This record gives sequence, structure tokens and C-alpha cells, in this order.
Amino acid sequence: MLLIDCPWCGERAETEFSYGGEAGITRPKDPAALSDAEWADYLFMRNNPKGAHRELWNHSQGCRRWFGIERDTLTYRIAGTFRLHGKDEG
Amino acid sequence: MARQTNRLGSGGRIDRSRPLRFRFNGRDYGGYEGDTLASALLANGVRLVNRSFKLHRPRGIIGCGAEEPNAILQLGSGAGTLPNQRATQVSLYDGLEARSTRGWPSLRFDASSVNDLFGRVFSAGFYYKTFMFPQRWWDYYEAFIRRSAGLGVAPDRPDPDRYEHRNAHCDVLVVGAGPAGLMAALAAARSGARVILADQQREPGGSLVGSDLPIGGRPADEWIAAVVDELREFDDVRVLTHSIVFGYHDHNFVTIAQECGGDMRERLWRVRARQVVLAQGAFERPLAFCNNDRPGVMLASAVSAYIKRYAVCPGRRAVVFTNNDSAYQCALDLAHAGATVGALVDSRGSVSSELTDRVEAVGIPVLHGHIVTDVRGRLSVGGVRVARWNGDTDARADNSIDIRCDLLAVSGGWNPAVHLHSQAGGAIAWDERRHCFVPAESRQANRSAGSGNGRWSLADCLRDGRDAGVAAARSCGFDAAEPELPVVEERDETPLQPLWRVPAARDPDSCPKQFLDFQNDTCVADVRLAVREGYRNVEHVKRYTALGFGTDQGKLGNITGMAVLAETLGAPVASVGTTTFRPPFTPVSFGVCAGEGVGELYDPVRKTAIHEWHVSAGAAFENVGQWHRPWYFPRAGEDLNSAVARECLATRRSIGILDASTLGKIDVQGRDAVAFLERIYPHKVGRMAVGRCAYGLMLGEDGMVMDDGVMTRLGDRRYYLTTTTGGAARVLAWLESWLQTEWPDLEVYLTSLTDQLSTISVAGPNSRRLLEKLGCSIDLSREQFPFMSMRQADLAGLPVQLFRVSFSGELAFEINVDSAHALALWQTLMDAGREFEITPYGTETMHVLRAEKGFVIVGQDTDGSVTPIDLGLERMLAKDKDFLGKRSLARPDCVREGRKQLVGLLSADGRTVLREGAQLIEEPGAAHPVPMIGHVTSSYMSDCLGHPIALALVAGGRSRHGETIHASLGAGSIATVTIVPPVFYDPQNERQHD
Ligand SMILES: [Zn+2]
Repeated sequence: MLLIDCPWCGERAETEFSYGGEAGITRPKDPAALSDAEWADYLFMRNNPKGAHRELWNHSQGCRRWFGIERDTLTYRIAGTFRLHGKDEG
Repeated sequence: MARQTNRLGSGGRIDRSRPLRFRFNGRDYGGYEGDTLASALLANGVRLVNRSFKLHRPRGIIGCGAEEPNAILQLGSGAGTLPNQRATQVSLYDGLEARSTRGWPSLRFDASSVNDLFGRVFSAGFYYKTFMFPQRWWDYYEAFIRRSAGLGVAPDRPDPDRYEHRNAHCDVLVVGAGPAGLMAALAAARSGARVILADQQREPGGSLVGSDLPIGGRPADEWIAAVVDELREFDDVRVLTHSIVFGYHDHNFVTIAQECGGDMRERLWRVRARQVVLAQGAFERPLAFCNNDRPGVMLASAVSAYIKRYAVCPGRRAVVFTNNDSAYQCALDLAHAGATVGALVDSRGSVSSELTDRVEAVGIPVLHGHIVTDVRGRLSVGGVRVARWNGDTDARADNSIDIRCDLLAVSGGWNPAVHLHSQAGGAIAWDERRHCFVPAESRQANRSAGSGNGRWSLADCLRDGRDAGVAAARSCGFDAAEPELPVVEERDETPLQPLWRVPAARDPDSCPKQFLDFQNDTCVADVRLAVREGYRNVEHVKRYTALGFGTDQGKLGNITGMAVLAETLGAPVASVGTTTFRPPFTPVSFGVCAGEGVGELYDPVRKTAIHEWHVSAGAAFENVGQWHRPWYFPRAGEDLNSAVARECLATRRSIGILDASTLGKIDVQGRDAVAFLERIYPHKVGRMAVGRCAYGLMLGEDGMVMDDGVMTRLGDRRYYLTTTTGGAARVLAWLESWLQTEWPDLEVYLTSLTDQLSTISVAGPNSRRLLEKLGCSIDLSREQFPFMSMRQADLAGLPVQLFRVSFSGELAFEINVDSAHALALWQTLMDAGREFEITPYGTETMHVLRAEKGFVIVGQDTDGSVTPIDLGLERMLAKDKDFLGKRSLARPDCVREGRKQLVGLLSADGRTVLREGAQLIEEPGAAHPVPMIGHVTSSYMSDCLGHPIALALVAGGRSRHGETIHASLGAGSIATVTIVPPVFYDPQNERQHD
């Protein structure tokens, strides 16, 4: 069970969190302008690296904030957690 | 009761003042406090404890701990019975009952032991080769395998014992309290670190328990006691005995099963450790000679342990067979216990004279350069055949020497217990010098020490343990000093001679069986056969021969088996590869996994504020997620169907009342509430007037229907949403995720009101009259309070929100009231409604009423692959704005012909109620495979309409109204049905608008 350092709450057990997939996927500004392939790329295609992976997690049984984690998918080592937007800092 | 014939008169760690009685296979025996079930059986001279898995060969106790493959017994009876218990790890208690799990009709005469006579047939790949064909016999095969190969029976009633979970945190967790573990714990504890020391035995000390070796100038027992006493002095040190560390998970999360006693059977420790020291020791390995599974062949270290810890000498006339130094101590222990040691057979040609002299000094003949090749006796060891050997594994043994004995103590060297290191993701490497796998690089914050790290001598173990403890404490930031090491006797070591498969009088493929995995009856010849049949990869060979697939996970025979594989392949062991160990280290009970989470504590139960009224009204309940909801309200003599028929008709005719409090309720407010909800919902949210309601569909970004509910505009910047009962938490989290991750610029606040507000739905043509009778502060007329609108009002003196929404198709009001007043309001409605024969109804009637109207239930009539267009709801999709999922609705797969669409189905005979989930086909006589064109999603008897109705998803269904298709009723029976529009009742929607 991972030990996750929530940027707001500190270290908590993985069971308090839920996984939100790859970080950095931005919803297109104008979906209607995209081709089917481009839309499918946004909707379905995700990286599955062996090694460093930036991903979203939600402290669903805690502060309910979303944040990012850089995790090694092979060793499960967590290099660090990060907040998603400037306005959340502080 | 039988006399404990093998019990020594003195010594051991048992408490002779506390005799215990127990029963094994129907006979009564005696033992002592401190015994394990295995030591007590051996004390009573019980040799035969089980039959083997496949060949049903007679088996006895081999080991003294987690490695035991044979003595797997059933404990107790009735609700508290425990299958799959290793006698070597079961503490004896008064009244214990145990029995063998295999052996029919009796252990001594097992009908299936003819399997052994036909052993050739039962060779490698036996299960694959024998039980494959014909396929129609598979059911029979499975029953046969399960009955004859079981490891016991599961209890058929709830477990009466208690279990608990405890969480703990520490700086340094030390696994194993042998010499290395004790030194590690001591070093870490003295530095100030928080330490947990866990050991599976009933007392700390590991291999030193009961030993007379001097440590630091005093007997080992005294040294152990002094270390443990010092450890217990520290506030932040916890010493756990009877505690098996069985799982090493991510980020140093370690699970320990502790045997407790009393009415608390076991405790699960969930430990998060900053550093872990693994000092679990090593498993002695057997040697693969002919008939090496006969009862009375035991591991040398186990024989020593039974003598020293339990004062049990398992035989009178013993032979010791070894390829290394460690078994010499066993020979000395046997002699000291009064047994005759017929010979110490050592495969090595020469051994340090110091060691040999000590054994010969007590009158034990030592045969260097000899091997034990075969065992005489069937139900018990009767003697051994010994041959001279020069180290040539391809030689044929001459078997010139025959030694009578009733016990054969064997040592084939040691395998470090690398299981937890491997579970933690660590690498394992073959050590060419020590001829065993040792822990290599760790992946987590753990280090190994002692014999588990390939250190054999006591001095090395103590030093390795201390160094690991110091390093672990320093890694946690403690300023750890190195404790002084106790002085121990150092001895010359003669290296182990690698010996796995022992040469026999005949070739290894036709000689009597040489067992590798005792639990799965995997023999040397099986591995060799697998190689001949083309298997090369160790993982394939293991699966083909079942090597290492028992509940002991091959602790005894895996490494020997891999070495035999390497020999057969003509490759070094290191190149054959290793195996990855996974939790649990030893089998763990379901009870300790569940802990307190059973019965009422299994899952949280959610009850509405009106729940007690439903209970007293005799409602039948169903679980909807964690909610307990009234299913129907039977009157005397009614079953589900008759109660639902009455509830439906009463609602359509006059008034029905439903507790709808479980609906998800979300308050949305903030500067950007409109902008936010416009992006979420397919309809034009901003165009809604304050006080208006709208049906709100939520689509996933993939365009599929995800949830639905009613959304209401409460103000310029405030909305109130309802969700499905099951979707409440998920929808809130999903909305929150868009706000936080994608649109942080929007200022919107989401609040769950699901529990704060209760919802009572009053439906039926008389519902308006009922509310008027109660006294309502607003005009409830159709003109002043039209369908799909909301009003704040006082009703019967209580502030409420009234919604003119309907999930039944009738004139209906949903009343939101503070949950504190919900029960009172419900009671008031029931009292005032008596003159209208107000009828409470549950979820079943709710489903029938909505299905009559063709209203879908998300998750029942949809399954995550259904778009709003498939449901016929395209009118809800705004053309001139974007919303979540919109772009996906234009994907090729969403616009193709032939998608499954929502339709109604009527049975042609007007009587048959279809099965929900039933497959739909065009023609029952069509050639196989018959194409499936859809399935039934909802199906009920409609007493209001006088015939059954069903909703279904059918390919291209909307253009097929009026056509005839067929529905499976199961068991080859087929119903003819007609496709119709999905709205069966009041298709003009006149009643709900009333
Ligand atoms: Zn948090």
C-alpha cells in the first residue's frame, strides 16, 4: 500500500486516495474543431511508461483535493507530489 | 490415553506442570503447554499424519515450522473448524481436536494409494494429460480432483471467533527474533528508534531456543532472556511473538498475523515501517534420494528442535545423512537424548577432524564419502541403504551397506528465507560459493541479516544482525552506536558439497521415487520428464510438474527442484533463474483478513430518517448500495407480486407515497455556477427561469449516459441537482474533478445535501388534495405551480421545498424537508392520507410505475455503452453549445447504423413476463451461432395495464416498432415478442401535467 504525501494533509495511506490517471491531459478548447482521430487521442490514448509517470490522485477520503504525483511504475517509488494550479498554492 | 513414549524426562521449553489433552483422528493423546501439535504427536510416537496429495503415499512430519508440507491438518469441528493448518505451527491447547485431511477409508489403508502403484501414470503433466478429454467429463473430473486432493473442509457456519486489525508505525521493523534479529533490534532500540520485533515462535530466540551453546559466557537461553528484557524496557519497542510476517507490500507496508489466544483468535498488524531488517533465518533443505518421503525421514534441524525445545526425541535408532556441517549437531543432540545413532553419513570425502572427532567421541560411526540412497519401510522408516560415493552424480550406487533405523535425519544444506525480500521487489542471486539463493539488491527500504542473508555461523549472524540494526537506525536519522558482540565459539567450517539428486541403484528415471515437492508429489523423474518433453523455462516446468504450487509454496523442495532442472538441462543453477515470491509467506486465515469487518460491521449501512417507520410497517427491504430501502410493503398473505400490484393500482387510482430520501442531492452555487453547469449538462441551463426544473442527463466525456436526475434553478447563481441513489458520491467527485483539474478559474462550490434533506414523493391523482388538506402556504394549482417547477412553502407548519416532478407519470409532488422533521412529516401525510387510502410503496413499485412510462434507470436500462440518442433523448442535446461528451456523439461508432436503441417489448401471448437480461434473437430456428440483436433491460407484470411489459435495447430498434422478434426464457424456451415504443402508459403525458 503506497504512502502518499498529500500536499494539503501530509502522508496518508493509499486507501484514502483514488487514482485519476495520467496527468497533463488538457481538454481541447474547441472539441468540434477536432478530427475523430484527434478527439480519440484526447479521449482514449494514454501513456503507459515503464518508469517515471506523472499522474493525478484525489485525496477522496480526506481533503478531497486533486493533485499530481510523479511515480515510478516499476518500483512504485514516488519522486514527489505537486499541486495542479497556481491558485492552489499556499 | 497413550503414553508419551518419545518424551524425554527432562529439558525442553515445555511446562510439564501443565499437561494438556488432545485428540487426533479419534484417539486421545497427552501433551504439555508449550508443545506444538506436531511436537505432541511426535511425543506420542504418531508417525503417520496424512496421505500425500496425488499419490496418497503415507506421510509423516518432516519439519518444525512454516516449511512443513505434510502435517496439514483439519482442526476442530463445526463452525470453528480450521482447514489447512500446519501442525508444526499450531500451539497445542487443551481439548484440541485434529484430523488428517486425506486418507479414505482410513489413514493406514487408503483406497487411493493404488495411485502410487500406478505412479508412472501420475507423472509430470498428469493433470493436463489425464483430465483433458473428453470435455463432457470435466464436471466429473473436477469433483474427483477436489474430493481426493483437498486440504480440508471449510466450515459451513459463521466463524465464532473474534479477530482484529491494528495499525502501527515504527522506525525499524525487525522480522525474526533469532540471533541476528535480536542483535538488530537491540542496536536499533538503543539508538532511540521505535522498534517492532516480530517472530513466529512462541518465544524469541529462533534457532537458539533450547540450545546449550554458550553466548557471551552464558547459556544461550540466558542471553536471549537478557536481550529481550532490555528490549522490553524501552517505551517504543514492541516484541511480538506468535506473529508471522506474511506480507511485504509497497512503501514498507508490512502485514503480520499474530496468534492471540482467548476468544480473540488472531490479530492483523498493519505496520508502516521506515526501515525493515529481514532476519527470518533459513530453511533446511532435504535431499532427493529414493523413498525420501517415508514417515520418519525428517530434517536434521527439526529433529534437533524437537529434542531441545519440546523434549521429544522422534526416534530410537537414527541415521543422519548430510552434505554439510550443520547436521553434526543433530547427531550430538540425538545421542544426548539417548537415541542410538547408527551412522552419520556424510557425502563429503573429508571433513574437519574437529567436527568428526566430536561426533565419534560419543560413539557415533561417521561414514565420509557415503550417501543414503534408499529407505526401507512403507508406513514408517525401517532402515536405510547406504552406498560409498565419490562425487559422481551419474554413478550407480552399490548399496553395499544396510542400516536398520526408525529415524533418518537429513540435511541438504540451507536456503535463506528470501521470501519477504522478494515480496518487497528485491532481487535474488545464486551464490556459487554457498550454493543457495541469497538476497541481492533491495527495492524498498529493507536489508537482510543472518542466515536469511547466507550467514551460517552464529558469530556471523550476530555481527550481521548488529550491522543491519545499526544501519537501519542510522537511515532513520538516529545516532546509533554499535553494541558489543557477545563472544561465541568459532569453529572450522568445511564447505557444503552441492548435492541435490542422490544417485540410486538404478537410473534416475526408473528408480523408486525421489521426492522434491512433498505436497504436490513432484519427483526428480517428473522434472526430468518435463525436460524430455521440451520444457526448458523454470516457470513452465513448475506449472507442468506442479513443483512449488502447494500451500507451502515450495519452501522445502523448490530450490532442490530447480537444481535438478539445471542438472538435467546441463546448465548452471544461476542460469535457470529464480522464482518470485508473493504474499502470503504462509497461508493466512480469512478471519484475520476480515478482522472486525464481519456481520454488521462488514459494510456501513445507510438508513433514511424514515427508516423506523418502514420497519414498523413491516416493509421488506433491499440493499441499494449501502442504503437499506423498502422494497415493498406486504400486507398479511401478500407476496412480492400481489403487494406490488396493490401498491401500483393504489398509486394510479389515488395516492402512493415513497421515501425517496436516498436520491443524491448536490447544492451548486457560486459566481460561475451557470457557466459550469452549461459545460456539464447537455441542455441549456442558463435559459432556465428561477424555480424551474429540468431533466438532467450527465454524459461521460465518451458521450455515454453516466447519471441522470432533476436539476432545479434556485437562484441566479444557485442550482440544486439530484443524482441516482447509487451515483451520488461518484457524481459529486466527478463534478469536483472538473472544477479542480480542468476549470480552476471557475468559482463554484459544491455541497452534498443527501443526508441533510429527506425526500418524500407523493404521487397519484389525489396528491394535490392531500397537500391542500394538510395546509400549504402556496397555491398548488396547475396554473400557479406547473409541472417541472419548484416552490418554497410551508407544509403542515414545516418549511419544505416542493417539486412538481414525477417518476411515476402521475400528478406528483416531491417534498424536500430537513431530515430532522422527515419522520414527523411522513407520519402527518399518512394520517391525513387515510381518507384517500394513501399507500406506501417501495422500490419495486417505483420501478414498475416508471417502466410503464418508459423512464429509464441509469445502470439498469443503460450499461455505459448507451448514448442519449440510443435512448431517444436527442431533443435534450443543445446544438449551440459544447458540453461534456458532445464531441463523442459525433464519433463514427456513435452515428453508425444498427446501434442498440431503447424500445418496449410486449409478449405475444399477453402473459409471459420476460427475464431481465434475456438475449433477443430474430428467429429461434436460425443456424448457430444465432446472432444476438439485443437484450431485455427491464421487465415487469403491469397490473395497471393487465399484461407484462418490458424495456429492451435492440439493434436499430426504433425503426422496427411493430416487428416480431424472440426472447430467450432460458432452458431452451423461447418467447415471441413485439417491438413497441417504450412508453406504455399515458403516452400523451396528460396525468403528470395535471
Ligand atoms: Zn489531503
